[in-house]
Amino acid sequence: MMMRLALVLAALLLPGTAFAAQPAECLVAEQQLEHIFPLPQVARAITAKKLDVLVVGAGSSTLPGPNGAQLAYPARLQKALTEMLPGVAVKVTANVRPHRTAAAMVKTLKSALAAAKPALMIWQTGTVDAMQAVEPDEFSDTLEQGIIMARTAGADVVLVNAQYSPRTESMIALGTYADDMRWVALQNEVPLFNRFEIMREWADLGTFDFTGAANKLKMAARVHDCIGWLLADLVTEAVKLGEPQTEGGR
Amino acid sequence: MAETPLERKPVQSNSHMAPVSTERDLRLDLFRGLALWLIFLDHIPSNAVSWITIRNYGFSDATEIFVFISGYTAAFVYGRAMHEHGFLVAGARVLKRAWQIYVAHVFLFAIYLAEIAYVAHSFDNPLYTEEMGVRSFLANPDVTIIQALLLKFKPVNMDVLPLYIVLLAWFPPVLWLLRRAPSTALIASATFYALTLRFGWNIAAWPKGVWIFNPFAWQMLFVFGAWCALGGAQRLSRWINSPVVITLAVFYLAFAFSIAMTWYFPRLAVYVPKFVSETIYPIDKINLDVLRILHFLSLAVITVWFVPRSWPALKSRVFWPAIICGQHSLETFCLGVFLAFAGHFVFTEVSNRLPMQVAVSVIGIAIMVATAALVSWYKRMERRGPRPPAAMPGYAGGGA
Repeated sequence: MMMRLALVLAALLLPGTAFAAQPAECLVAEQQLEHIFPLPQVARAITAKKLDVLVVGAGSSTLPGPNGAQLAYPARLQKALTEMLPGVAVKVTANVRPHRTAAAMVKTLKSALAAAKPALMIWQTGTVDAMQAVEPDEFSDTLEQGIIMARTAGADVVLVNAQYSPRTESMIALGTYADDMRWVALQNEVPLFNRFEIMREWADLGTFDFTGAANKLKMAARVHDCIGWLLADLVTEAVKLGEPQTEGGR
Repeated sequence: MAETPLERKPVQSNSHMAPVSTERDLRLDLFRGLALWLIFLDHIPSNAVSWITIRNYGFSDATEIFVFISGYTAAFVYGRAMHEHGFLVAGARVLKRAWQIYVAHVFLFAIYLAEIAYVAHSFDNPLYTEEMGVRSFLANPDVTIIQALLLKFKPVNMDVLPLYIVLLAWFPPVLWLLRRAPSTALIASATFYALTLRFGWNIAAWPKGVWIFNPFAWQMLFVFGAWCALGGAQRLSRWINSPVVITLAVFYLAFAFSIAMTWYFPRLAVYVPKFVSETIYPIDKINLDVLRILHFLSLAVITVWFVPRSWPALKSRVFWPAIICGQHSLETFCLGVFLAFAGHFVFTEVSNRLPMQVAVSVIGIAIMVATAALVSWYKRMERRGPRPPAAMPGYAGGGA
């Protein structure tokens, strides 16, 4: 991907771009966390001191094992947001089931939104659609449909794309689906959390070794912890965007 | 400019649509060779070196170049055959070529299966429980392999050759029409393209979905390339060299470049008016989006302007590696797909850090060049026939 060399160099040379609260290893180049669309509902919820978040996702939004759910990024996001937003009651609900395409998630979206009444829906999707070769046009339409449903229910949306998975890269054609997610996000003014590029940058920097064999569950938990922190960072930064003239730039 | 780049000697008088010139246009080989390198770089998953490839700076990518030039050379070679030996012989040769490509595709599929079976074998990471589901296609080889032989199951990055097979399979009648009534053939092709976009025609894939390169849409670029080879380029030369067209092309490339930048630097996206993003997205690769065609044509116009056919540097050593690859495109393409698999294998089993990505990319291209040179040598040897080489006076000219 273009500019990756430059990004990696930037991340190596400018360690100052890490954010206060998160573990240093989560560090990525600033461009990866650049977001332009505000989250007005989240801003309102923070002012009201009560922030409910709904994570809708498939298998890559959870981890296996008895502690899987606590170690996975939705739970880590709740912890990070609670720390970053003192005095705000943060609750993250995970609506996560493996092997679901975007269309399968949209089917149950209405009831999930009604139950959680979130100010923010974080929607992780794309992997299963790519694996099942869902028609790209349908995939884009489904994404838009889900975004509209969330907005109708009074929630902002953040899209999360597929994981960087080096071993399956020549088996799962993510390309079209990643592009479609990017474009749907731009068209609908929805922030996209570029999980794929962030994880790939970690691989380039040597932060995490996604191909190696050593202590995999521990590493998986650290990866999800970082994703939780970076997502929390995206949410708080996007909220700042909406504030009038705070000069909150980093 | 005194000589317009694509303009050649007058057309042979006995047939209106015979190939324009008998001398091979080295620019075609050069850019097809470069396209093959770019396709190779883009096919290695998560390869940092692929940031140099054109797909990151605009709408179209190396596939457009490859398909267009393949159409051009197919018309050039088989058009001459049709002129000299008639429809039947030329058609038979086209179909023989399609068969060769089919065999090459199946061969690559076998290599792909071997690589995937190995890589998936040691694949057990709690992060990737979802992704592991992809191994299910290995679990029922009875269906998978048959679907692959039917060209319905096409693994990642193995979509170009099936497209090429289909394009060649129906090329004989297209070529016949192109030689009789070039404008009619081109209009028919464009109409077919338009109808495909309008009605969503495509070929079904397995287990789901459609062909990643829709042959009904991509045929237009192939036929356009063929039309250019059979005299179309000459007709267009006045347009191609007009300052207005060149200016438009420059502006369009600049537009595509600035849009592409917003993909990598999201903050720039605020400068894109909403109606623009609503109009252009999604940029459909499956059906060869009009934006992609325009981007390719703009690139072609600028290239032809900068690189005249008679450019002496085309015969220099600098461009020889790309030209030799372009002259043996099928071998080089297949090798590129194989090397991309091998590169992926090295990334997962050895290292996928940056120095390794650079090394794999450079070594891969070096192997492609060396192999193309070897193939070229073999072809020269074979052309000399059964007699001992020493009996042959001098060298014959290069590649086919």
